[in-house]
This record gives sequence, structure tokens and C-alpha cells, in this order.
Amino acid sequence: MGEFRVHRVRFFNYVPSGIRCVAYNNHSNRLAVSRTDGTVEIYNLSANYFQEKFFPGHESRSTEALCWAKGQRLFSGGLNGEIVEYDLQALTIKYSVDAFGGPIWSLAASPSGSQLLIGCEDGSVKLFQITSDKIQFERNFDRQKSRILSLSWHPSGTHIAAGSIDYISVFDVKSGSATHKMIVDRRYMGVSKRKCVIWGVAFLSDGTVISVDSAGKVQFWDSATGTLVKSHLLANADVQSIAVSDQEDSFVVGTAEGTVFHFQLVSVASNSTEKQWVRTKPFQHHTHDVRAVAHSPTALISGGTDTHLVIRPLMEKVEVKNYDAALRKITFPHRRLVSCSKKKQLLLFQFAHHLELWRLGATAATGKNGDVLPLSKNADHLLELKTKGPENIICSSVSPCGNWMAYSTASRFFLYRLSYEHDSISLQRVPKTPAFLRSALQILFSEDSTWLFVASSQGPLHIMQLSAGCFQHLHTFQPPSGTVEAMCLLAVSPDGHWLASSGTSAGVHVYSLKQLKPHCTVPAYNFPVTALAIAPSTNNLVIAHSDQQVFEYSIPEKQYTEWSRTVQKQGFHYLWLQRDTPITHISFHAKRPMHILLHDTYMFCIIDKALPLPNDKSLLYNPPSLTSESGVVRRRTPHAFKISKKYKPLLFVELLDERTLVAVERPLDAIIAQLPPPIKKKKFGT
Amino acid sequence: MAALEEEFTLPGVPLGSGPDGLLGVEQSDKADQFLVTDSGRTVVLYKVSDQKPLGSWSVQQGQTITCPAVCNFQTGEYILVHDNKVLRIWNNEDVSLDKVFKATLAAEVFRIHSVHGTEPLVLFKRGAVRGVEALLAEPQQEVEAVISDEEAIKWTKIFMVFKHPILLFITEKHGAYSAYVHVLSSGASSKYTLALGREDRSVLQSFAASVDRKRISLITFSSDGCIYETLLPTHPSDPGKDQVAVRSLVIKGIVSEKAQSGVALSILDRDHLAVLGTPLSGGKDCLSVWNIKFQTLQASKEFPQGTSGQLWYYGEHLFMLHGRFLTVIPYKCEASSLAGALGKLKHSVEPGIPAMSHFVNWETSQDCGLESQKPEPPKRTLRTKNVAVSSQPAVSASRQLLLTIKNGTEKHIEVELRKFLAAKQSPDFHTAVGDIAAGLLGRCQAEPSFYPRGCLTQLVQTHVLSHSLCPGLMDLAVEKADVQLLQLCLQHFPDIPERTTCACLQLFLSIGDDRLQETDVSTESVFHCGDAGQEEPMEMQKEILENGVQAAGDQCSDCDRGLQGRPLGSNEEASSSPVTPKRAALLNSVLHSAYSEACLLPHLKDIPAQHVTLFLRYLYFLYLKCSENAALTLPGTHPPSLNQIMDWTCLLLDANFTVVVMVPEAKQLLTSLYKFVKAQISVYSELNKIQVSFQELQKLNQEKTRTELYSIEVLELF
Repeated sequence: MGEFRVHRVRFFNYVPSGIRCVAYNNHSNRLAVSRTDGTVEIYNLSANYFQEKFFPGHESRSTEALCWAKGQRLFSGGLNGEIVEYDLQALTIKYSVDAFGGPIWSLAASPSGSQLLIGCEDGSVKLFQITSDKIQFERNFDRQKSRILSLSWHPSGTHIAAGSIDYISVFDVKSGSATHKMIVDRRYMGVSKRKCVIWGVAFLSDGTVISVDSAGKVQFWDSATGTLVKSHLLANADVQSIAVSDQEDSFVVGTAEGTVFHFQLVSVASNSTEKQWVRTKPFQHHTHDVRAVAHSPTALISGGTDTHLVIRPLMEKVEVKNYDAALRKITFPHRRLVSCSKKKQLLLFQFAHHLELWRLGATAATGKNGDVLPLSKNADHLLELKTKGPENIICSSVSPCGNWMAYSTASRFFLYRLSYEHDSISLQRVPKTPAFLRSALQILFSEDSTWLFVASSQGPLHIMQLSAGCFQHLHTFQPPSGTVEAMCLLAVSPDGHWLASSGTSAGVHVYSLKQLKPHCTVPAYNFPVTALAIAPSTNNLVIAHSDQQVFEYSIPEKQYTEWSRTVQKQGFHYLWLQRDTPITHISFHAKRPMHILLHDTYMFCIIDKALPLPNDKSLLYNPPSLTSESGVVRRRTPHAFKISKKYKPLLFVELLDERTLVAVERPLDAIIAQLPPPIKKKKFGT
Repeated sequence: MAALEEEFTLPGVPLGSGPDGLLGVEQSDKADQFLVTDSGRTVVLYKVSDQKPLGSWSVQQGQTITCPAVCNFQTGEYILVHDNKVLRIWNNEDVSLDKVFKATLAAEVFRIHSVHGTEPLVLFKRGAVRGVEALLAEPQQEVEAVISDEEAIKWTKIFMVFKHPILLFITEKHGAYSAYVHVLSSGASSKYTLALGREDRSVLQSFAASVDRKRISLITFSSDGCIYETLLPTHPSDPGKDQVAVRSLVIKGIVSEKAQSGVALSILDRDHLAVLGTPLSGGKDCLSVWNIKFQTLQASKEFPQGTSGQLWYYGEHLFMLHGRFLTVIPYKCEASSLAGALGKLKHSVEPGIPAMSHFVNWETSQDCGLESQKPEPPKRTLRTKNVAVSSQPAVSASRQLLLTIKNGTEKHIEVELRKFLAAKQSPDFHTAVGDIAAGLLGRCQAEPSFYPRGCLTQLVQTHVLSHSLCPGLMDLAVEKADVQLLQLCLQHFPDIPERTTCACLQLFLSIGDDRLQETDVSTESVFHCGDAGQEEPMEMQKEILENGVQAAGDQCSDCDRGLQGRPLGSNEEASSSPVTPKRAALLNSVLHSAYSEACLLPHLKDIPAQHVTLFLRYLYFLYLKCSENAALTLPGTHPPSLNQIMDWTCLLLDANFTVVVMVPEAKQLLTSLYKFVKAQISVYSELNKIQVSFQELQKLNQEKTRTELYSIEVLELF
């Protein structure tokens, strides 16, 4: 493959937000995750844990509670006192309703899914009816003295448990009155603490209420008598979250020390029917507070301030020992936050509330493999652009020529023209964006920077023509009638003839830009698309899916290419299929249509289609030690996949020219350094 | 650790008026309630936690209960048999047994068995078994005879295996015992002849049995005073055929066979056995709990008012008749760790020597016979025979040897022992060796002139002996000043008490050089200072100076110079060993031994001052030698480690400080030791500073390798 000059970029100062809530949906096997900046992400656990959807955050809309109701509907409540329902098709917020109870701390959908319960700052518990398109306030329960931090329904739907400060109330749903008030011991290791916050409650079908609180206790209460049955002191710090499995035979709690404890209902003695809750396994996958936990039938899911989403499979529940049985730690979003101008060697970094534009440095030196070359010019920070308003940036892009830059929030679209004079740069907003360009899910410039493609929420694809200083609307591809499906990924052919777009669930559509009409649809595949690109000259569309399959589809011939068929026939190398992060970017160099560059978080790969494919016996990852060995060994194992794992975690890799790569790394140490300090734990010997 | 808790007496009617004590104690359908059947006419239902009777029933005058009352767990009714043939069924509400259900059977009943999960089963005296339901449907039905006329059932027990009842009963016929295993579900019955020892006509006095999935373990107490275990398969390979079951010795000589009221056994769990009987030493009846795996006594309790020699065990309670009342002893068995009791273990194990041999491997020694059967369960009985055949000679060989030891000459014993040891090691080799050692010791104690050193050495070298197997051995060796044997013991025994270690140390320090000269002590652990002195005197001197010590020490006694046979300059005095190589080897073996400080300290105080000084001097010498190289080790094979040297120095000083300070010749030694240690401390504190600097350097180095925020690198893809 040869030598590349790699611009190793570590100055993208990206820090993911901490995880606030997680909600698992058993029907669709999806997981909703909300972060402290208000972002809500949907992970498809069946599709290799791919983050298939996301809703951008909003400064004033911090999410404190998240729940699924009526099968596939997702609600959240936050400190602004509003209940929000999300539109999972159009990827927008459907509506928000003020609950008039102050900040909302907790949400719970009834077992039937038709009612929604919220717990508010003012101590009120409000019941909402979920109608087909909205929610309707029904009534208040007896008002409590202090905020309601946690709620749980009895599986029969007749009672609820509400955790407040220092006590837990049990309500009768029919009458709305509290039947029991269970006071929690404030004392912590014999010392009276000021307040004991009930961070979580869970109501089991046998009437047991499990509570977790800020004194580090997990307690079991009998809701019929209102008495404490059993108490486990778990931690010196708060126990912040609890989730119970559907079978009610195990539950999981997360503590502020970063430990997740698994509790299981086990027989007291073998072949005895008497069972008791036993703390079975502690897991320490987090360094900071575990703010939220979820319990899927086969895994424990936890997330917290340290921004990782950890999915820990329960080995006794995993039937087949495949790669799903491995621990997953998801840290980075499964979408692109970096765009690149090849011509001007610019990198645009997208943050929640600002953009940064950098120019790469240069070197005159040459060297051999592994050398770090002396810089003749360092990288420049050209620009920092702050957004106006409280909304997070959804997407951004810089044009290949470097003269245009665009970004979008949930309600506004911005296009800027950049002009360069020597070392200085000036920025000018292009006025008069048309009204239909309000929010974009994806922005793409054509290779020659004369076209701008905008995928807006609800589904339409807008095409603009750019000319010096202004732009005009050319055409809009409307989604097939009757479907509302947001397009998240776009790809344009280098010659500007074809545009491919992919939505969250349905297949990939290809449009002809010459004729401005749909050209074809790529045959549907079960797994969501994670990246798209069209090869130069051949106009082959390369599609990566979340199950790590890669297809090549010839747009002119409207069929899969011969190479793709060969790959499917032979199958990918097992190690390739076992990677646990999706491919987030595919790219080509104009002069080398046979080489496909793709990358995930832990490797990048150049597939040379001219070489034979590796079989399961050959080494997929060539060990770096081979470099020192003779060329004989190297020639013996040439295969199409040229993989480098040198740079990780990778957020972006792009071919700048034939022999130059740019790799944007974000070391985990740098992220950890920017997190608040964790709770200090005494370690033996320190 | 198993423990017997405080017993309590169940009050009420005095029991045991009949000739046979109690007929039985049986569980009732409620936990904590037990049916006690007196051999007279009474049945009492006790609630144990309340310690009071809940009900009592009697049969009419003239009738005798012949079979203990049991509870039918399926219906909650109670069943008993009186006058051998009359079955009575009643429940809690009934007041008098005369008016309850009555059925007269065609044959005489031996026992009724009732366990959870199945209907009660009636065992007739002729060996037939019937379910109660079937029997009640037709009480006068014909009952066949399973066993011959002269056989009589001695004992019986029922088990539930995989939810199916299995009945075991033992019969006796002219002193020959047979075990019948009857599987109710299949109706299969198999007979095993219990093989007794060849030589004696022993009588089996009492039985106990437990079951796991595949086999029944039958524990028998024989009239020779030993307890044996016999394994019977629950599902025999070829039923109907007579087979021979061989027994193995579990424990011997713990109770006297001549107990008035007999001996009772009860299996508490896999490893624990309760034995009720008169101890060998005589005296009162005594209940003892034995760990049969480690053959240790776990707990015991005396019963001055006498017992009926009967014992029942349910749940966590042992029941027995003490005097005239039923006594309940709660019993607890908790897991304990052996390692916790062992104290400090040996520091260094030479890689060449297999470490395992130090400890008796109880698993193999005990379960060897069983283990070998596991892969092929169907051939089990046959295998047992094989094992028995191979182990029998070993047992008898050791017995033979023990006889020889009692009156043979030293030579003869040695020859016999060599033969015995050369033979293939049998599963109970450990116990046999222990027995032989104990036998030898016994004779040594009886005859002061008898001291078979060769035999003892051979035994110690088998690596299976430990101090607890022959407690008197080392004391005897100390008494005889047999340093060679003591060295071997110190090397091979893992469990020497500190008192004995100290006695050895004292002997090693005090024994005359001329006597040492004669002995054949292994000196492989000794650092040959002669060679070192020849090769590197200059270097050594330099290093000592570097370490800040004035090498002009004049503390070393010159008593050994003659022995060294080399003149040494005054500068080298510190580098010449203060003791002869042989003595050094002995002291090294003490240094290597395991100990715990708290136990060792009081014994160290007993060592006289001049010996303390000598030992200290030797330790100081070793310390100096250790400090000479960077690795802080001594040359040679298996030398004492620096930690051992330091620990012993500290201990010795701790124990004898006031004495040592008063002794003039020791004062000099202490001063130089103090100076040396002080110098070492200052060196090490300097080294600490350097270490910090090195760490910083390393950190800087790492930072250099870490890439900057931006770099351009060359990467070759291939």
C-alpha cells in the first residue's frame, strides 16, 4: 500500500456530556439515553448497539427523566417543568406540555402504557392520560411536602410508590391518596445526615418496594404494612439508580462511587421454594457517579457522569457465546463531528454550542515508517464560531474548497462564506435563507462546492446552487408520499451526477442530479446504515451497515458490483465482524477509485479491491512487528484489508491527497481530565 | 469448626423404663416436633424449641409397642405397631390409642419407615417391604420372606435418592452380616455380604449410613473397637447376585467396645461423625464428634448419668437418653480454615523440591479408593475388591512391622522398614507411616537404650511425616542430641511448635564442636566463607567501607579460626563465620523453619546469654554477607533469606535485650551491629532520594514519547 504522511490531530477538544437517564424498551429492544446537555440518543440493541437516532440538546431543557410508553413513544421531563414527547420518525420534538408543578424529577408510564405519571418539585404527583397524539392532564395525587424524585408503578397498575426526601409514599391510584408513608432512616453509619434523598424506587408485583437512597442503602419495604423488611448498606456514597428486570428476579443499582451492583432473587437453599434477594455481583466499569441503570433481559446497562454507556451482558442469560456476550463501552457518538476541506487543508470541529475551524500544518521533511516529522508550519486555529441561542448544533460542514461553511440547529440553518486574505480569515453570513431551510439533519457540499445538499427533518432533501456570495434553491426531493422519515446520511458522487441518502430505517435512495429525479433504491437490508460514499469515476456506492457488512452497489447499473458479490460469497473475516464500533466515515481519493478508506473508533482501513480477500485463517491485522521483518513474510500475506490500529480512539480519518491522511484522535485520558473529580475512595496502601 | 452447644432436657414423662431404652425418635410433619417412642407403652410428641411435650399416647396394659411411631408425611397421621402385628393409625386429636384405627397384619413388622416425599414403608421381619396404603387395603395379605429363617434384621434405614426411596437393612446370621439394598421404585433388591476382617470374629455393634447420589456409605462399629466404612451402590449393576462389600478403616480406637450400653453412631455430614460410647480410658459415657477426614476430635461431652447407647440426629439436633430423660444437644458445624492456624509458612521453597510433599494430602489418602471408582460406576463393587486386595497387604504389612517394632532388634526393624517403604505406596501410607513412627517412639520411651536412628531418618525422609503425626519424635531427638535427625525434621516438617524449634536451636548452639564433627549434617545451605575469603577479599573490604562501616571490627571471636584452618587478617574478621559450617547448617535449618512470633518469643528468652551472643554473631555475619551484593542474597543452594535473618535478629534482640546488654562480649557486637544498621539506613535513605529522581526522569522520558497535540507522522500500510 505504501507510505502515508499522517496528520495526527489531537486538538479536537471534544468532551461528551454525562449520561443522565437511560430507558430500555423491551418491545423494540431499543435504549433511550439522555445526556446532561439535553441530548437524547436512541440505541438499537438488536443492530449491534448502533446509535441510530438522536435529538439535539437544548440549554434550558435538561432532561431529568425519560420513559417509554405505549410501546414506542418516548417522553422526557426536565427542570423546565415541561413534558416532551419525541417524534421518532421525523427526529423532532413532537410537542412539549408544561406540567405546572415546577421542575419534573421523575416520570413513569403505567404498566398498560396508557397513563403517564410525573413527580414534580412542588411535591405533586400528576397523572396524565396518553392519547393517540398527545397527553392530557387527568388529576393530581395527594400533594407531598417535598419534591418527588422517583416513581414506580405496581405491575397491576393499582398502586404507585413515590420516593421523596426522607420518605417513600405509597399511593392508591384510584383514590389518589397516600396509603402509606415509609420514613427512611436518615442516619448514615450512626451519624445523622441532614437529608436522605430517595433516588429510586421499584414496586414489585408481590408488594415489595425497593428503595435506593443517598445514605448508600438499598431497602426493601412491605407496601401492605409500610414496614422495612430488609436493608443493605451498599456504599459510603449515594445509591443513585435502580432498575428491575421484567421477571422481577434480578435488579441492578448504581452508586456514586461508580460501582454497579447486581441483586438476584435466589433460593435460600437448593430445592427450597423460599427465596431472598442477594447481592451477587459488583461491577466497576465507571469512575464517576452511575446516574442511570437499565436492565434488559440479557444485560445490565449503566451510564453516568463519566459519559460512558456500559452494557454488561449477564453471562447466565446469554445463550450463544457470540460477540454480544462481550462487554460494550460506548463513549463516542456514532456520527461524524468533523468535516474537512481537502483543498485548503481545513478541519471543522463541531461542539455542542460552537464550531472550530483549524488549518493543518505542513512539513518539508521526509522520513520512514514511524518517524515524527519536524513541522515547518504548525496547525492554526482560524476561527471559533459560537451559536446564538440555547440549541445544540445538529450538524455542520465545510465545503471541499474551503469557502463555505454551514451548520444547523433544531430551528435555524446558517450558511457562511469564508474569505481568506493571507493569514487572516473573514466570515460572512449568507442572508436570506429560505423559510423551509429551518433545521437540517445533514449538510453536504458537492465536490466542486457548487451545490449544497440539506437533509431536513421530516424527510425532504433540498438542493441549492451556490455562486459567489449567494445561493438559490434548485430543487427539493420529497420523501415518498405518506412516509415521514428523516434522512441522516448523504453522499454525492464526485462528478456531481448522483446523490445517495439514507434514513434511519428504510433503505438507501439514489437520486439523479442531472435529471433531478429519483434514480433507484438499493435493496433493503436488515441493519441500519452507518456510512455512505460514492466512488469516483465508477460511481459505485459503498454502504457500511451496523452489523459490519460493507456493500458496493453500482449506481449506473443499479446492481451490486461483482466485488461486493465476491465479498458476500466469501464472507468477511471473523475479526472484521467482531469489531464493536460502527464505521462512521467512508472516503476515496479521486485518482484511486479502487481504494476505499473507512474507519471506526479503533482502526482505519484502506481496502484495496485489486487484492484477494482475507480468509479466516489469514491475519487480518498485520502485526506492526512485520515492518522489521523481511519483505518475504510481507509478500506472503497480502490481502485487501490494510488496517492500522495505531491511532485511537479515532473520530475522523480522511485522505487529503494520494499520500496524505488526516486522523483526528481523541485520547480518553484527555476526556477524563476534563471531567469533575470522582469521589475519592480509600485504596489499600494509600 | 464443629461444636456441641449446651444441651437441654425435654421434661415430662420419665422415659427408658423398658429394657431397650428408647425405641426411636422420629420427625413429625411439623418442623421442630418429634415423636419419641419409649420401649414400654408410650409415645410422646415433643416440641423441641419450647422444650415441652405436646401430646402423649399409650397402648393398653399388656400390649407392647414393638416399632417406633412414625409420622405419615402425606397425611399427617401417626403410625405405630404394637405386639409385632397390630398397626395403629391416629392423629393429634385422638386421645386414646384403643379407639383409633387398627389393622392386624399377617406377618411381624420390623420397622415402619417414613420420609418426606413418599408414603410410609413397612419392613417386615422376614425382609419384605410394603407401602402402607397397599397394606391397609388388604391387611391380611400374604407377605413373602426375603431373607432366610436364621437371618435376623439388625438395623435398617431408608434414603431418598432422586426422589425414589431406597431401603437398606443389615441382617446377621451366625456372625455373618449381609446388607440388603432394596430399590422400591424398581423392586430391585441386591444383597451384599459384609466382609469382616480375616483374623478376628468381630461382631458389628452399631451402624449408621448416609447416601449421596451414587452410593450408600455404611459406617459400622465393630467389636474390635474400630469404625469402618463400607460403600454400597444405590443402583447395583447386577441385582440378585450376591456380592461382597469390603470395608475400610475410618477411625480406630476411639471408644471402648466393652461399653455397658453399647456404642451409637450418627453421621452428621460428609466429614463429621458423632460417636456415643465409653472412651477407651474408661469412665463415663461420652458423646464425641469426630472429623473423619482429618481424624480429629472436634467436640466431646460427658454424660455422667449414663446413656442408653442410642443416638438420633435430625436437622441440627442430636437426641439421646441421658438418665431418664430425653436430652437434646444442638449441633453446629462451621467451615474453618486450616491455613489460619498454621502461622508463618516457610519463606522460600527451592524450585527443585516439590512443595506438595510437605503436607499430607488428605484428599488422595482418604478418597483414593473412591476416586478410582468414579469413572466407571457400574464396575464399582469389583473395583472395591481390587483396592481392598491391594491395600490389605499394606495394612497387614504395617501391622507386621508394628509387631516387629515391639520386640525386634534395631537391625531387624531397619531391614523390615526398608522393605515396607520400598513396597508400593498404598492409599493409607500416611497413616501407616504415622503408626510406625508412633510405635518406634513408644518403644524408645519404654526402653531408654533403644534408639533406631536409621529407621527414624528413613521415616522422616519419606516426606509424609509431620510433627503432629508423631509428636514425641523431635523431643526424643533433642533428648538424644541427634542433630542430624533434627535437621531433617526441621527441613521436612511443616508444623513444628515453637517450643520444639527453640529446643533445637538451643541444642544446636550448645552442642560441642567435637560431637558435631562426628555427625553427618548436610551443609548445602551453608555459604562457604573459605572460598569467598580467597577470591574476593579486596572487593568485600571495599564494599563494606562504601557502606560506611569501619571494617576494623574486633568483635568476632576467634574460636573458629583453628577450625577454618586459615589465618585471617583483622579486617576480615567480620567476614569469617563465627561458627563451623556444620553448626551453620543446623542454624540455617532453624532459620528456615516456620514460626509465629508471639509463640516464639517466650521460648527464646530461655536461651542462655552466651548462646544468644553466638547466634547473634552468626546472624550478624549472615547479614554482612547479604549486604555484599545488590540482590541481598546469600550464595549457595537454599540459603536463608535476608528477611529470615532480619526477623530472627529482631526476635532474638527483642527476647534477650536486657541480657545481651549486660554481657560484656555481646556489647561490642551490639555496637557494631548498631553502627552497621545505622549506616545501612543512611544509605537506603539516600537511595530513596535517588529513586525519586529516577522516577521523575522516567516520567519525563514518557512525556517525551507521548505525542503532542499535533504532529505529522509517517505510516506505512501493508
